[in-house]
Amino acid sequence: MYKVVIPGDFISEDVNRAGEGTYIEGGKVYAMRYGVVDDKEEIKVVPFVGKYQPARGDVVIGRITEISFPYWIVDIASPYEARLHMSEATPDGEKRIEFGSMHTYLDIDDLIVAKVTNVDPLMRIDLGLMEEFQLRGSGRLITIPYTKVPRIIGRRGSMIKMLKEKCNCFIFVAKNGRIWISGKEDDMELASDVILMIANEAHTSGLTDRVASFLDSHRRIRMYNRKNKGLKR
Amino acid sequence: MKKEGIELIKDGKRLDGRDFDELRPIKIEVGVLKRADGSCYFELGDNKVIAAVYGPREMHPRHAQDAKMAVLKYRYNMAPFSVDERKRPGPDRRSVEISKVSREALEPVIIKEFYPKTEIDVYVEILQSDAGTRTAGINAASVALADAGIPMKDLVSSVAVGKIDGEVVLDLNAVEDNYGEADMPIAMVARRNTITALQMDGRMTKEEFDKGLKLAMNACRQIYELQRTALIERYSEM
Repeated sequence: MYKVVIPGDFISEDVNRAGEGTYIEGGKVYAMRYGVVDDKEEIKVVPFVGKYQPARGDVVIGRITEISFPYWIVDIASPYEARLHMSEATPDGEKRIEFGSMHTYLDIDDLIVAKVTNVDPLMRIDLGLMEEFQLRGSGRLITIPYTKVPRIIGRRGSMIKMLKEKCNCFIFVAKNGRIWISGKEDDMELASDVILMIANEAHTSGLTDRVASFLDSHRRIRMYNRKNKGLKR
Repeated sequence: MKKEGIELIKDGKRLDGRDFDELRPIKIEVGVLKRADGSCYFELGDNKVIAAVYGPREMHPRHAQDAKMAVLKYRYNMAPFSVDERKRPGPDRRSVEISKVSREALEPVIIKEFYPKTEIDVYVEILQSDAGTRTAGINAASVALADAGIPMKDLVSSVAVGKIDGEVVLDLNAVEDNYGEADMPIAMVARRNTITALQMDGRMTKEEFDKGLKLAMNACRQIYELQRTALIERYSEM
């Protein structure tokens, strides 16, 4: 079972292993956030909720909110808005987009997959587009607290691998807690249900097993429904 | 303070049957609002208070941003139906003062450097009032801030003490507040014995003050345990 802590709770005396979500005072480690203790190599407190704090190298899903030449302003589910320079979206060599035609490349409300290339001390966030940056076509976007992302991915990707296989969906999990799912409608329904379940129960142990059995029973129900189609009516 | 001529203590007990050092019943519920990032419902006797926390979020107006840290905003607001006679809605002198004092009571525990240029909004709504709403509001806000995942050093707990019929008593109710001689709300970081807010209305001798402070500090420790339990239990039921 995970240990739930509140801000100010004493965690350990091992100051050298103090990590994220903790603070040190008088040679002791205390919790800085309301969450669960993760005591592996580092002593961390994983908060239940919180606002995503962008860091260089993170891959995020963003939504274009504004075009302000020569930048696109991007909402990345964080207290800070990010910006994407126009040169990021042009084909090789071409550095400039004609004023007023930026929307032909990326328009407002478009979803993009981007990497945080820089965070300056004034919290200006610069983005760079990923190779496959566009999330278009049928699919759905769900948002979970960014702190739960490691749980969705699982140890060495075990959880996400299982989800992709069992739900038969393309699933992309971004650092900022946004998740893109695309596949058949009922597959997507299942995938988003399971992901929300993982997010809600991320602080409990034995989660992988529970998710596996949930997926199996769900599949059985669906097979049953499919087999009995037309019988009821 | 205001009126004379009501017997507030009978046979060593207060009008509602409490001992001098006894708190009113407290009920705490965490995460009661879906839209807020963090929230808390708090009852202290007949006081009913709800606190909602939003943020850290982008701060507007921009010129008020702080490049080094988040800005904490606190709004204490009484519902028109929270008191016997309808309260005229909107901010007034009293609620502006309470908002400021409460904000300053919470600020020392919040690690604001974590989210520069943002704001953290705390809304405290008084649904029903029976004296001691500012302390109930601080208790609720402190839990709601933790629930919102705001980085903090500790929780803040708050309670009032006062003087009625010449006795120093804990946690005045409305009658005691109206007919008593003094009222002193305090807020403190219970585990550190650090007082973050202290006000006094009325008169007390130095001895009474010391006695009252001791009472209040003990009560804050009790309240802290209740706040803590409410937060821990929220995620332990599964």
